[in-house]
Amino acid sequence: MNLTIVSGPPSSGKTAVILKTIAALKSRGVKVGVVKFDCLYTDDDKAYAEAGVPVQKGLSGALCPDHFFASNIEEIVRWGKQSELDLLITESAGLCNRCSPYLKQVKGVCVIDNLSGINTPRKIGPLLKSADLVVITKGDIVSQAEREVFAARVSSVNPRALILPVNGLTGQGAYELSTLLYNPDLQVETVQGMQLRFPMPAALCSYCLGETRIGQAFQLGNVKKMDLGEPEA
Amino acid sequence: MTNQTLAQLLAQQPYAADFFKQNKLDISGFEQLTPAEYLAHFSPEELEDRALEPERLLADLALYLEQMRDFLGLDEQQPLRTLTILPGRDKAGQAEDFERLTLHTSEIVSIVGPTGSGKSRLLADIEWAAQGDTPTGRRILINDAPPDPQWRYSSRHKLVAQLSQNMNFVMDLTVQGFLQLHAESRLHPDPAAVTREIMTAANRLAGEAFALDTPVTSLSGGQSRALMIADTAILSASPIVLIDEIENAGIDRKRALELLVAQDKIVLMATHDPLLALMANRRLVINNGGICQVLTTSPAEKAKLGQLQQLDAVIAAARQQLRRGQRLS
Repeated sequence: MNLTIVSGPPSSGKTAVILKTIAALKSRGVKVGVVKFDCLYTDDDKAYAEAGVPVQKGLSGALCPDHFFASNIEEIVRWGKQSELDLLITESAGLCNRCSPYLKQVKGVCVIDNLSGINTPRKIGPLLKSADLVVITKGDIVSQAEREVFAARVSSVNPRALILPVNGLTGQGAYELSTLLYNPDLQVETVQGMQLRFPMPAALCSYCLGETRIGQAFQLGNVKKMDLGEPEA
Repeated sequence: MTNQTLAQLLAQQPYAADFFKQNKLDISGFEQLTPAEYLAHFSPEELEDRALEPERLLADLALYLEQMRDFLGLDEQQPLRTLTILPGRDKAGQAEDFERLTLHTSEIVSIVGPTGSGKSRLLADIEWAAQGDTPTGRRILINDAPPDPQWRYSSRHKLVAQLSQNMNFVMDLTVQGFLQLHAESRLHPDPAAVTREIMTAANRLAGEAFALDTPVTSLSGGQSRALMIADTAILSASPIVLIDEIENAGIDRKRALELLVAQDKIVLMATHDPLLALMANRRLVINNGGICQVLTTSPAEKAKLGQLQQLDAVIAAARQQLRRGQRLS
């Protein structure tokens, strides 16, 4: 089974891109399944189910969705193997742009959209910088110049990645993406023992553990303070 | 590169500055260090806090510089002269009915066919420089040879630029800021001169002139389109331009096409507007996913075009009168 980890900011078009790509893969007889991760709510699993794609949904609830991903990916890969998939795609939305779910040795795809603004490549951390493939969506509604500037900036923060424009509505570019996602020679049996590409940020302050009261007296653990400098007047 | 100081690096390859900027690395005050020494000055806490990996950044910097050198060199080395489409098959598996279709720079070809007939697929085949590896089985040749993979994989060297009616400016910038930004990302040697050139060209296309300090988001439909076309013609690296209709109002479409071909572009234009379709010397008829006919515009059609242009001029004049608050006579 092939495994691909797709990630990207909320509403960047991940599901639309994956659905169009699966349509192209299906026409070549590749059996694809999806696991959708989200934080509080998603009904994207219905969209996959409607398209006849085997799908699982994971809601992280009170946990960081990327941490939740890391704790569940092993079992998910087992599910994919048992479902006899040729390709398993995991889809997750980064929330704080600091974590990234990519594993070493597993293809990582970041989906970002042209509408998010030209400073976005600078704001997203390892999620964008350590992806193998960057899919840029919504190119059909911004100008050529903005597409060029956006792609150039993505390339500046991640010169290794292949950058591919894909239109989630018309599917333009999805066939091309599908050829880069599925490689019958690449087989993943298990992800046990694999490593994340980038460590997730340190947390565990008192607020992680349910503290609700504000004030220094209630702050324990990994607490960081802003440097506000000296008052001006 | 590893032995150069940041100051030497920037003097030799000024575009390195953008790498540091986009990666949020403030190098001011550290110019006498090498990149590796600069990255070594961060404490482990700072590295974790800023999600930085020095080894990866150094490797990325080397790769970035190499890509930029290629990018600058390629502009002169590989001009596109011809684009050739070798036939594939339509959605029913029928072979396309043409032998070899070669388009030359400064040529305009129109594409006609119902919605869903396969225009997007044809464009995607060209953009991806298909080599029999897409659903149509078409093959694309550049200068009569299979294309360099850079057309497929380079983010800065896309074969096709696209213009459509649905495209908008979304940046919060003035026209000047916008053009400046585009020129910088293209590493243009003289952003101020090219900005002036694009402004002049865009105002020749637009029905109503606009200024450099106009925010791009407050341009009218015609002005936006004029600016997009002038910018794509003059500043985009892509040698092929695909146009999906140009609106009728507020822009001189004949001049727009002339501007594109004057910049040695190959223009492919999906349109059902007879004025535009007949301005092309050839048109591709697409049906059920395949190119079913390649028509050369006949002398009779060119004569028809003349009549249609006269009609268009009448309508344009009436529109102008309305705009000025006059009565139509």
